[in-house]
Amino acid sequence: MSGLVIRRLVLEKSLYLLNTPADQKAMLDKIGVGSIGELFKSIPSEFRLDRPLDIPPALTEIELQQHFAELCNRNRSADNAVCFLGGGSYDHFIPAAVDAISGRSEYYTAYTPYQAEASQGSLQAFFEYQTLICQLTDMAVSNASLYEGGSAVAESVLMAFGIHPKKHKVLVADTVHPEYRLTLTTYLANLDVQIETLTTTGGTVSPEALDKAIDDKTLCVIVQHPNFFGCLEDVEKLSAVSRAKGALFIVSVDPISLGLLKRPGQYGADIAVGEGQGLGNPMAYGGPYVGLMACREEYVRKIPGRLVGQTTDRNGKRCWVLTLQTREQHIRREKATSNICTNQGLFALRAAVYLTALGPQGLKETADLCVRKSHYLAQELAKVKGVSLPFKAPFFKEFVVNVPGDANAALSALLEEGYHGGLPMARWYPNLPNAISIAVTEKRTKAEIEGLVNAVKKVLG
Amino acid sequence: MTMFNHQSTDLLFEMSHSGRRCHLLPACDVPIGDASTLLPKEALADAPPPLPEVAEIDLIRHFVNLSKRNMSIDTNFYPLGSCTMKYNPKRHERLAALGGMANLHPLQSDASAQGMLRMLFEMQQFLAEISGLPAMSLQPSAGAQGELTALLVAAAYFRDKGQKRTRVLIPDSAHGTNPASAAIAGFDTVSIKSGSNGLVDLADLKSKLDDKTAVFMITNPNTLGLFESQIHEIAKAVHDVGGLVYLDGANMNAILGITRPGDFGADMMHYNVHKTFTGPHGAGGPGSGPIGVRDYLAPYLPAPVVVRKDGEYRLDYDRPKAIGRVRSFFGNVGILLRGYAYIRTLGAKGLRDVTEHAVLNANYLLALLKGEYEVPHGDRCMHEFVASARGIKREKRITAMDIGKRLLDYGYHAPTVYFPLVVSEALMMEPTETESKETLDAFADALIKIKNEDANYLHDAPHTLTISRPDEIKAAKEPILRWKQQG
Repeated sequence: MSGLVIRRLVLEKSLYLLNTPADQKAMLDKIGVGSIGELFKSIPSEFRLDRPLDIPPALTEIELQQHFAELCNRNRSADNAVCFLGGGSYDHFIPAAVDAISGRSEYYTAYTPYQAEASQGSLQAFFEYQTLICQLTDMAVSNASLYEGGSAVAESVLMAFGIHPKKHKVLVADTVHPEYRLTLTTYLANLDVQIETLTTTGGTVSPEALDKAIDDKTLCVIVQHPNFFGCLEDVEKLSAVSRAKGALFIVSVDPISLGLLKRPGQYGADIAVGEGQGLGNPMAYGGPYVGLMACREEYVRKIPGRLVGQTTDRNGKRCWVLTLQTREQHIRREKATSNICTNQGLFALRAAVYLTALGPQGLKETADLCVRKSHYLAQELAKVKGVSLPFKAPFFKEFVVNVPGDANAALSALLEEGYHGGLPMARWYPNLPNAISIAVTEKRTKAEIEGLVNAVKKVLG
Repeated sequence: MTMFNHQSTDLLFEMSHSGRRCHLLPACDVPIGDASTLLPKEALADAPPPLPEVAEIDLIRHFVNLSKRNMSIDTNFYPLGSCTMKYNPKRHERLAALGGMANLHPLQSDASAQGMLRMLFEMQQFLAEISGLPAMSLQPSAGAQGELTALLVAAAYFRDKGQKRTRVLIPDSAHGTNPASAAIAGFDTVSIKSGSNGLVDLADLKSKLDDKTAVFMITNPNTLGLFESQIHEIAKAVHDVGGLVYLDGANMNAILGITRPGDFGADMMHYNVHKTFTGPHGAGGPGSGPIGVRDYLAPYLPAPVVVRKDGEYRLDYDRPKAIGRVRSFFGNVGILLRGYAYIRTLGAKGLRDVTEHAVLNANYLLALLKGEYEVPHGDRCMHEFVASARGIKREKRITAMDIGKRLLDYGYHAPTVYFPLVVSEALMMEPTETESKETLDAFADALIKIKNEDANYLHDAPHTLTISRPDEIKAAKEPILRWKQQG
């Protein structure tokens, strides 16, 4: 009993520690020192901090919860303003099964599955994830995920460079997410690769413009489909133009769109990447998300990131292991295909549960609802005086409108009305000063959509 | 074992049964035709992707039964060296799931995210205070991306100063991400030897430093669990040739509130929030790898950073010298949030206690084992130490791998094996502060028993898990990376 009492006293002072004063004494005796302080003798005294860290006082769980409630009160989440924001992060529905499984601490408190025997649960889940992403994209090989959509684009170009080390020109459409393009530029800043941006008009890349820009030195062509404006690119023609010049065709996809749209493997993509946030992951102010990457069979030894493979154990039983690790940094060091050291394990698991929960029909119906609801909103907004749709290209769940006057002012006013109404395009495209992109997911109801239309009328009126 | 449900752990694709559903969508409530009337036919696939079709109970039983085939911190002691597998408090999960945090869009206006921005601003401040480096970027998604970001910052800084510095120097005991990150950042790498005492060989370092040196990357405490006691001379030597010192912060759990990288000479560093500040590892991610730098490097940090003016918080994108960005959106906010909650829960004293008990536990485990296992680098360590099975291998043909695998039978996760590369048959152990003396006693007993077991029995270990010794050569030779329909 007394041991328990003492342990509680210690816990009250220092949460998450277990050693009581009696334990500490026994341990120090065994080590052969008189105090914990003696264990730090190897740190030169001139570098020891001689004051407490300037960190606010400790909070109990009750106080912490209250503190977070205050922080939340100063946020306007999608729970209390209807969310029509997109640009790479979307308010899709998350089935409860996803949270139930990812809330299993056998998954979320495990480490990278280096010890295969003690990690078969995660390894099999990642093998299933890889298969699901192959099915989703119609590509031959998927890795076990990357960080998120932006660095996935950068990694795909590093990968392309590994496939064709003598080619140095990268063509990227200006309809690719501006933050993905900036990530790409940043990653490649000190490497011998030149990035050329394909400028577009009308919201999509024209295959003729690509044909003019591409040459024999072109390493790869990167497009996003649907693109940052929501428009569908002519991926079949763009892929064909790329292939004709021997450039790798890299496409960044919205996985939800693949419930309806042709899949990257069906139009000859060499590498498919994408942001997997929509696959059962909360928007969470930007992360963690999960980066998708899949490629053709012949590039399997060039793909970055973790790969799980099937094998048998010493008794002949089917099982799973991390494989092809000779590509990776802990073996190859500076010659590795990437510096990436993790996948987004828990979020790959969530994506696997999500895709399985939806199944082919559920994914198709989700995509169909996105298309119909976004088109209904576009149609209704186009009737509002002063509002126009600048792009004629077909779109999936996101589209651009022009409003009269300052887009930011309109958006602030819409928030007052209870709507996260869209994203101001001028932030990334100074040539679109009055443009707003609006995203509509399967969650938005007719009442919410018509509510936004009425709010727009009021705000602009 | 008999409780395992083998049917539910077939692959999802083998369980698929055409027509089963687990998620239904509402009927379309807007008056408009379906997608085939709204989109061009040539953009549409003939059929949706061939995903498996299962009912909700199939899905749940499958993944719940699979979860039982994992070891995890919540089920087992996990003394994985260099990984800081400490307990992940449950309160963090609930806070991260609050709608007022989880349902914020990354591009919503600053005015509508003041609570979030305040939390992130304070996190920048806490990490700056703990590191002694004043400027932070919370953007990097993981430690490896933090390294890359910092090296890109260094490259931009030297370019701005008109200096052509092409080399990054890295100790041979470093994590493999260090040289891999340096290569992507465009640098040549030079390996620095470790001395027989396990510390950086200062003479070797000095002989390789010159005006081409951009950065020296050091892990301190290093991967052997030793504090680089010559850090002052090391930093001075690097600074004397105009280079920068980068600290790989993987081992910050050993020095919280005791000493600060900025005080002992580091100019840049990354944190692993998922290690030191207990973000759950998630079977391989997500992590979060914020970086801290000195003032003169701050202009090059990726945008945005959170700033405060007149009590209002906002994201500052107006940073003309910034390297750009290394990912979309702000960063792995969900992991940063957990780290913030942890720091707020512990306070200054609590953080220092973490380190003191992490170091106490590691030294106690070392003391329990040192008569039984060779520990090449001395009787004292920081938060972790590296034992070697080389003697046991020579005498009894028992390898570090055998020992690690057999530990699984005893209900313990294996230590990190065969790393760092500078110790043969390495068994790298980091108990962390969230374990009790009883756990360490029992773990040490298991290790001592194992080395006296029959070698052949150990070669076939583990004996009690669902599988044993997967054929990794076969996996790599003819890779099967996805399920495929038979026939």
